[in-house]
Amino acid sequence: METIKVIDSLHASLDLALPEVIMALGAMALMMYGVFRGEKSFSAVSWGAFGLIVVTGLSVMDLAANDITVRTIGFSGAFVVEPFSIFLKYLILAGSGAAVLMAMDFMKREKLARFEYPVLVVLATLGMMIMVSANDLISLYMGLELQSLALYVLAAFNRDSLRSTESGLKYFVLGAVSSGLLLYGCSLLYGFTGTTNFDALAKVAAGDLSGSAQMGLIFGITFLLAGLAFKISAVPFHMWTPDVYEGSPTPVVAFFAAAPKIAAMGLFIRVTVGLFPVSEGVEQPWQQIVVFVAIASMVLGAFAAIGQTNIKRLMAYSSIGHMGYALVGLSAGTKEGVDGVLLYMLIYLFTVTGVFVCILAMRRKEGMVEHISDLAGMSQNHKIGAFVLSMLFFSLAGIPPLAGFWGKLFVFLPAIQAGYILLVVIGALASVVSAFYYLRIVKIIYFDEPEGAFQPQPMALRLILAVSAIFTLGLTLFLQVPREWTSFAAGSLF
Amino acid sequence: MLPTIAFYLFSGIAVGSGLMMISARNPVHSVLYLILAFFSSAGLFVLLGAEFLAMLLVVVYVGAVAVLFLFVVMMLDIDFVQLRQGMMQNLPASATVGLILLAELILAFTARNGAGETAEKIAEAAPMAEQTANTNALGQVIYTDYFFMFQTAGLILLVAMIGAIVLTLRHREGVRRQNISEQVNRDPKEAVVLTNPRPGQGL
Repeated sequence: METIKVIDSLHASLDLALPEVIMALGAMALMMYGVFRGEKSFSAVSWGAFGLIVVTGLSVMDLAANDITVRTIGFSGAFVVEPFSIFLKYLILAGSGAAVLMAMDFMKREKLARFEYPVLVVLATLGMMIMVSANDLISLYMGLELQSLALYVLAAFNRDSLRSTESGLKYFVLGAVSSGLLLYGCSLLYGFTGTTNFDALAKVAAGDLSGSAQMGLIFGITFLLAGLAFKISAVPFHMWTPDVYEGSPTPVVAFFAAAPKIAAMGLFIRVTVGLFPVSEGVEQPWQQIVVFVAIASMVLGAFAAIGQTNIKRLMAYSSIGHMGYALVGLSAGTKEGVDGVLLYMLIYLFTVTGVFVCILAMRRKEGMVEHISDLAGMSQNHKIGAFVLSMLFFSLAGIPPLAGFWGKLFVFLPAIQAGYILLVVIGALASVVSAFYYLRIVKIIYFDEPEGAFQPQPMALRLILAVSAIFTLGLTLFLQVPREWTSFAAGSLF
Repeated sequence: MLPTIAFYLFSGIAVGSGLMMISARNPVHSVLYLILAFFSSAGLFVLLGAEFLAMLLVVVYVGAVAVLFLFVVMMLDIDFVQLRQGMMQNLPASATVGLILLAELILAFTARNGAGETAEKIAEAAPMAEQTANTNALGQVIYTDYFFMFQTAGLILLVAMIGAIVLTLRHREGVRRQNISEQVNRDPKEAVVLTNPRPGQGL
């Protein structure tokens, strides 16, 4: 039973996009405050940005409380709100809020404390929120570009460092190519269907099409998915990830690792399952693409990470692998599959944010350290920190009863039900391989000769780490809560 | 008859100047050929009945982008001859990519002709060309149906502006900046000193 609520008036549409409006106006206000107060305003603007993210979250909550249980479409079809996009917006806002808090201390220490950082994070977040609410190829592209442009600048934020500017430039050039692919796909979809609206596109795709038009649609969706695969750093569009992760300032990487991936994954789901729903027994062309991308990402993520010595590069390959696992759930194309992907992204957000808090804590008197060997013997000096970090790595490896295990379980189950046995077998094998390098870090933390203590962490970071640790450790006890939430969110797409 | 001649004229010039643009030895000539290509494409747009796009192409691309290119090319000290050395080595790879793209385009366009069912939908979506002028038709939808995208585009431009400033602006020490309010508020009593030097002694 699918019901769609269409809002005609611009005024009511603005109500629907109230979180986005608040965010846009807030970003501009923060920017003006920063410009007039000058360089000293970093802390104030950062706290302001954090407050803005919280207020936006409350406004999303208000929207959710206003009985948005079905697809509600505003702005003449450009914008859609349903439990699915609301759920993703919560995740995105959580990721961005953490990114703003994590940066405050780091940026001041590294002499990067410029008020543009929180403003750009807020604007990127706005882009992501528009992405997950896009119901039209044009608003999809607009949201994507708003997000990407802000992220390119953030990658090069440490402009006096050669590696940071290099990573920004690399990200920008490759990102521009991927935008080109995406636009080519959009133009093909538009050319063959005569519409950019997702509802109309789905209607045309479901109708009786001649073979050649079908061909054109496949071409279009392939290019579209190629552009989106770049944004979630899935193989074969992953090349930028290790370099950008290594070169960019660490809090920026922590931001890259979670929120943009969640937004792009939301779009990925929307343009596949949303536009070309899978009916019983008939495989959609996009499923083959997703299966291939999933296998390639899982395998590359597992094997390429083995030889890494820099922990940020290692996390880059780990994130490539994790996107592969998330896509396993999507390949099934069922409600349970999307449900699994959402749960996976939720767990991934909490775990990865925790890991990056720990990476930010790798600071000695002489400055930040990034080598895996620098973690040696961390258990001697920081008992709790070492325990939490090891637990997070166990969770990333998918070892029960930690959160990561449930994430993998609920993306593998729907894929098995849909008959993708081989895919799941490869996924399980890849996760065994990846367990090797996660466990190697745990071994370095616990059994190697101590390297010397790290500097103490500020309170905000400890809080984030505590939340992440409690979530990862205790998810088994309250698994039903997020499960109900994700299945409600996934249900609104079908 | 006349539109056909004009079409072949414009497209011939566009393709020819495009070729000249990538093969000209002097980068300044390249930019000039680029401008010529833009102009002929604008002519093609006029033939299609998209006069607003044609004017936009001339104003934005010729008026701003290409002239900017021209300035940059003249300012930069790049040895273009050296840059072009690798061209013969890269030719096979780039030719392959070009051929694949061409094949895809041909495939797409042949498929397009076969898809009769989409023609009506496209006619539905496009504004009525014979009833309203281009500019009018755009104005009717851009603040109504496309309001959301229009505003987002504005935000994207804002991000581009912030980004350019973040990455390039440097407040250097010792640079004398003009401060108009300081200049206006200058007091003659503090700025001017009246002395009465004796002849032959100086100050």
